[in-house]
Amino acid sequence: MAITDTPIDNGVNVEALLGAREALTAAPEAAQFQWRASCTWRKGTHSHSTVEGFTGLGAEQQHRTSYGFDIDHPECFASEDHGATPVELVLVGLVGCLTAGVASVAQHRGIQLRSVKATIEGDMNVLGILGADPEVRNGFESITVRYEIDADATREDLEAVVAQSQKRSAVYDIVTNPTTVVVEIA
Amino acid sequence: MQTTAVIIGAGHAGLAMSRRLTERSIDHVVLERGELANSWRTERWPTLRLLTPNWQTRLPDLRYEGREPDGFMAVTEVIDFITEYAGIVDAPVRTGTTVHSVRAGGAGFEVQTEHELWRARSVVLATGACNRAAIPAVAGGVPSTVAQVTPMTYRGADELPEGGVLVVGASATGCQLAEEIRQSGRPVTISVGEHVRMPRTYRGRDIFWWMDRAGILDERHDEVDDLTRARHVPSPQLVGTPERSTLDLNRLRAEGVRIVGRLGRVVDGVAQLSGSLANVCALADLKMNRLLTRLDEWATATGVDVDVERAERRDPTLVDRRPALHLDLRGGEIRTILWATGYRPDYSWLDIPVLDRSGHVRHEGGVVTDAPGLYLLGTPFLRRRSSTFIHGAGADTDELGTHLRDFLGGATSTRSCVR
Repeated sequence: MAITDTPIDNGVNVEALLGAREALTAAPEAAQFQWRASCTWRKGTHSHSTVEGFTGLGAEQQHRTSYGFDIDHPECFASEDHGATPVELVLVGLVGCLTAGVASVAQHRGIQLRSVKATIEGDMNVLGILGADPEVRNGFESITVRYEIDADATREDLEAVVAQSQKRSAVYDIVTNPTTVVVEIA
Repeated sequence: MQTTAVIIGAGHAGLAMSRRLTERSIDHVVLERGELANSWRTERWPTLRLLTPNWQTRLPDLRYEGREPDGFMAVTEVIDFITEYAGIVDAPVRTGTTVHSVRAGGAGFEVQTEHELWRARSVVLATGACNRAAIPAVAGGVPSTVAQVTPMTYRGADELPEGGVLVVGASATGCQLAEEIRQSGRPVTISVGEHVRMPRTYRGRDIFWWMDRAGILDERHDEVDDLTRARHVPSPQLVGTPERSTLDLNRLRAEGVRIVGRLGRVVDGVAQLSGSLANVCALADLKMNRLLTRLDEWATATGVDVDVERAERRDPTLVDRRPALHLDLRGGEIRTILWATGYRPDYSWLDIPVLDRSGHVRHEGGVVTDAPGLYLLGTPFLRRRSSTFIHGAGADTDELGTHLRDFLGGATSTRSCVR
């Protein structure tokens, strides 16, 4: 733990998070959230997804504004490349989740962060999605995240922060563990 | 039948409480469904030994005085120890008396046994935290060609079918049984979730010597930062052997055990395993090193470090670059699954609304505040970190015995003696 004269501030309101944990433990139904996105096909492999509303704390909630994402594939897939690929968005989701966790855990542990940078790489053999080799899975063979963190802390403290961030990450859990997926036609 | 207090369970905790009530001149009876130390006689595998060393195995009025203070009691020795204790404290035990229900009634509680009805002002639940093996719901998807056993039914590797064994869970039980089954020549795979890694000895002393001396085992329920987490910490990867050797995933790997991630679910007979193995191992290594650093700091501050060996760190846990993510349970490679996924208490006979959503008794340090006069013993971190160890019953029963006496006296509120 760092000892500094100024209070630690990574911009994370840990007191609010701890308060929420206590309040939601007492009122478990409010802890049930539903996250949503909607998607409209444009053309070819290009689609546009938006997120706006979600359910939680026992009520319907709204983002400050709606956020849009163009999703497509690059030209080497004979597509027009109007946006990131879906698998890149998974990487974006994972590293964004882990980085939010790094900031929160560091705040909670009194570690002042000066900069946090991460790269994330997902290795994939596309023979899987092309249906060319039944032995090859569609998804990533493995994912590697590398953090560069400048902070008032020892390397061991930072390793513990990064490990705890994985332990508490929703997307890390989604990616590493099975999830039931239901797809149906309305 | 009328008495002042009924203690349910004649294991070490119930008997220690009996001793505390006798000392306080409180009329009571100890009801036991089987014999003394019943779960040790009927629900433990034969090669099991205590995790705590003999010198630490003590109860009020009885301590180990044999020739191997650094050894670890086998099941039969534990049974003898508890049986001897019942005689020493002259506990009023009624064996062969199964309790069918406990409910509020009269001026306190009504305890219906298979033989009779007891009325008492106070009831102490000393039935322990390990009445049932906790088997995850995913077990429902396991093909019928695979045998399933739990630590409560396991009686030795030779009784398992020939062929591969998947041990699910890598706490003390899972690691011990993975090693034992591997030594029988069977191929063993161990599925590893969050776990607690700990060396058997550190700087020449048993790890429990360190935690005892440094006060870690005495940390109280009202002192720790996060009691919920503290009550759910898995048992450390330890084994009590004459060699005092350290049991960890690196040792299992060297012995030929395959290490895989947490079991997520079983779909069409294929077990899906978590990709989080590297992180759960990293967390366990970091946590172990934080404990050892804390012990080093304590040794320096108290001057103990002149009497012990040099500080050292164990190798990080080795993890395959690409651990298996699937196990086909239909192919015959795995013939048996051993669920070392923890234990649950069984309060199906407790007709008092004091259970939380997960079936555990709500309490404050063993005082069941929603049902004054009701007490709990022997659950993880009941009052202190040592509460599940045999020696932990000494202090817990002393404090709760005093609380119970004050409750009977009616002079104080139910919260007065929780501290």
